[in-house]
Amino acid sequence: MQGSGSLRPIVIPGEAVGGPGLKPGPGTYSEGGQLFAAQLGIRNEHDGLVSVIPLSGRYLPQRGDAVIGEVVDIGPSHWLLDINSPYPAPLHGTESPWRVEFGDTARYLKVGDVIMCHVLSVDEIKRVQLTMQEREARKLNGGILMEVSPTKVPRVIGKQGSMVSLIKDLTRCQIYVGQNGRIWLDGDDRSTALAAMAIRLIEERAQAVGLTEAVRELIERAAKEPRPS
Amino acid sequence: MSEEIVSELMRAHVYRLASTGQRLDGRALDEPRKVSLERAFVKTAEGSARVKLGNTDVLVGIKMSVGEPYPDTPNTGVLSTSVELIPMASPTFEAGPPRPEAIELARVVDRGIRESKMVNMEKLCITPKEKVWILFIDIHVLDYDGNLFDACSYAAVAALASTVAPAKNQGLGDDFPLPVEHWPVSVTTAKIKDRLLVDPSLDEERMADARLTVTTDENGDIRAMQKGLSGTFSYDEVKGIIETAQRVGRRIRPLLQSS
Amino acid sequence: MEDIEHFAKQMKLIDADGRRLDGRKFNELRPIRLEAGVLRRADGSAYMEWGGNKVLAAVYGPREAHPRHLQDPARALVQCRYNMAPFSVSDRKRPGPDRRSVEISKVISEAFSSVVFAEQFPRTSVDIFIEVLQADAGTRCAGLTAASVALADAGVPMRDLVASCASGKIDGVVCLDLNKDEDNFGDADCPTAVVPRTGEIVLLQMDGHLTSDEFEKAMDLSIDAARRIYDLQRDALRRRYSVTLEDILKESPPVQSPMQPEGRLPSEDDFGPEGI
Repeated sequence: MQGSGSLRPIVIPGEAVGGPGLKPGPGTYSEGGQLFAAQLGIRNEHDGLVSVIPLSGRYLPQRGDAVIGEVVDIGPSHWLLDINSPYPAPLHGTESPWRVEFGDTARYLKVGDVIMCHVLSVDEIKRVQLTMQEREARKLNGGILMEVSPTKVPRVIGKQGSMVSLIKDLTRCQIYVGQNGRIWLDGDDRSTALAAMAIRLIEERAQAVGLTEAVRELIERAAKEPRPS
Repeated sequence: MSEEIVSELMRAHVYRLASTGQRLDGRALDEPRKVSLERAFVKTAEGSARVKLGNTDVLVGIKMSVGEPYPDTPNTGVLSTSVELIPMASPTFEAGPPRPEAIELARVVDRGIRESKMVNMEKLCITPKEKVWILFIDIHVLDYDGNLFDACSYAAVAALASTVAPAKNQGLGDDFPLPVEHWPVSVTTAKIKDRLLVDPSLDEERMADARLTVTTDENGDIRAMQKGLSGTFSYDEVKGIIETAQRVGRRIRPLLQSS
Repeated sequence: MEDIEHFAKQMKLIDADGRRLDGRKFNELRPIRLEAGVLRRADGSAYMEWGGNKVLAAVYGPREAHPRHLQDPARALVQCRYNMAPFSVSDRKRPGPDRRSVEISKVISEAFSSVVFAEQFPRTSVDIFIEVLQADAGTRCAGLTAASVALADAGVPMRDLVASCASGKIDGVVCLDLNKDEDNFGDADCPTAVVPRTGEIVLLQMDGHLTSDEFEKAMDLSIDAARRIYDLQRDALRRRYSVTLEDILKESPPVQSPMQPEGRLPSEDDFGPEGI
């Protein structure tokens, strides 16, 4: 295993992660007073709550998440979006920034359009609703879209946004990161290629120590070359 | 769902890149992905090869048995090619009988091998009109990341190149390597608007308007061709694609031949 | 056929010193190699070599279940498809499911249904695919074991992994992990699969002839071996994802959206200046 940092072993489903007195958080379950991991991940304990930070898995929408979705179907009063999760996500006309007449939805968004939006609600049987009423919501034009595993999103964003800010500064690229693992990059072809390269590095080496420095070095080195590799 | 529907945004981006001679993964327009090959992967087969073309991963097993020849070719062995697009290779592959895509793939790969006379099928005759060797080429697609035509063809050719006929088990003398005499190499080009890209990756394939697969032999002669999808090619484009296929074919051929 | 019967009568599958044809003792497993995360498109995958078996397993899901009328409004469907490649056996097998594959698919689906937290994903399906590339007896056990790793690799929430092994009887001796010849000429074969932590049995099949005592011996052998197999599964997953917590938490979760949802990952501030 790499790194000089304190080593935490990976837990796999069924491994014991806590005893009596501890409460089961996300990624765990309890049985006979003991807590066990429900997913492959890293054990984490805080304030008596034990959770497992998953290392892989599909994106499961949660209320308030900023996500990037692609329109895959249109109805008379709503659009259906793919947000890279097991559940289709409708965006109702009334949750859009436009005044949409019944039957007129295709005028504003068509199949293949990509938007930045938020998860409005998720009910008990996992029905999802989206909204574009938040400030940052918009249709995305130009630029490029890429996808990383949703579990890597925290690494791409970084502590209080530090990693994504670093990439933005060094590449002069605009970047939106969706919780669902989709990332939008906007800039000239050169900048977006550099930013995409940096994000791929983060995805592949999410576990490395000194990742921030590695990313900085990668971008600076590549920026000097006549053509991005 | 969005596996099939490509966003307008990405479509525009790929086309823009292609207009300046670039691609998403940094390749040149006429550059194929890296080919890696592992021979004799499956011991229960008489020959086998696993090929990775980029992330597209295909395993081919060759099985041989003895049987009757076809009535219209009483003195030659029988060649039979089939493709399985197993569901694990892509979220868009479903279990069930072969879809038209799988059948087309099998027939085009077969055509390249058969028409180039890669294997001398006359030498696979045991007793004319009664007994010949039957060659089964079973192509198993394990991971789909674009351009199955070329990946399947390379794996089939590499598998045949290291196949040994199990003559001893059949009481027909010593085992012998398949009589391989020619080397077909398949090169596929995709057309996005007016740009031509060799060895399309999955993203590029999803946006392609038309596709042309050209199989050439070691002399540069054309042995099989297949145009796919609903877009069109100009005659000049076709000529250019053939030239590219001959050129790229020359680079790839040594990789498939036995070391 | 004549030759085979003749062969069977002549051949000793296990000799006086307890050595089998491949040199193993009655309770030894064949060599096993297991690797997680080997395919790009699938959500989770694993590759396994177990004696002469070569098996690939992959998982998609949870994903929307199709067709719609088969969806379960309360839980995910857990479906496995076991398939053998035509070139995986000495006599070529025609492509497509045969009755044996359909039966194996069913019992494996049921085995995983008892460990996957399916209620967390209503109306979806977790699709498990097992492909046998090269067969040497015990393919369903290898497939199940690999599929378990693929499920964990895919991040599907489960109570535990499932470990699987078979035992049988050859020349009257109860033995672990029969290979192809032993299975063909032996007297019984009994594949089983267990939940390693609790010992619950999620798959059990048997064919041949065993007394109750012999059956107990066989189960003891299999369950004991399942523990060793579980270690291999865990190692494969750890190798794929080796990581340090400090690195994960140094660049930990988001302050991106205005509404901060409940139950999200703990934020960096929760851990104090040094992390861990």
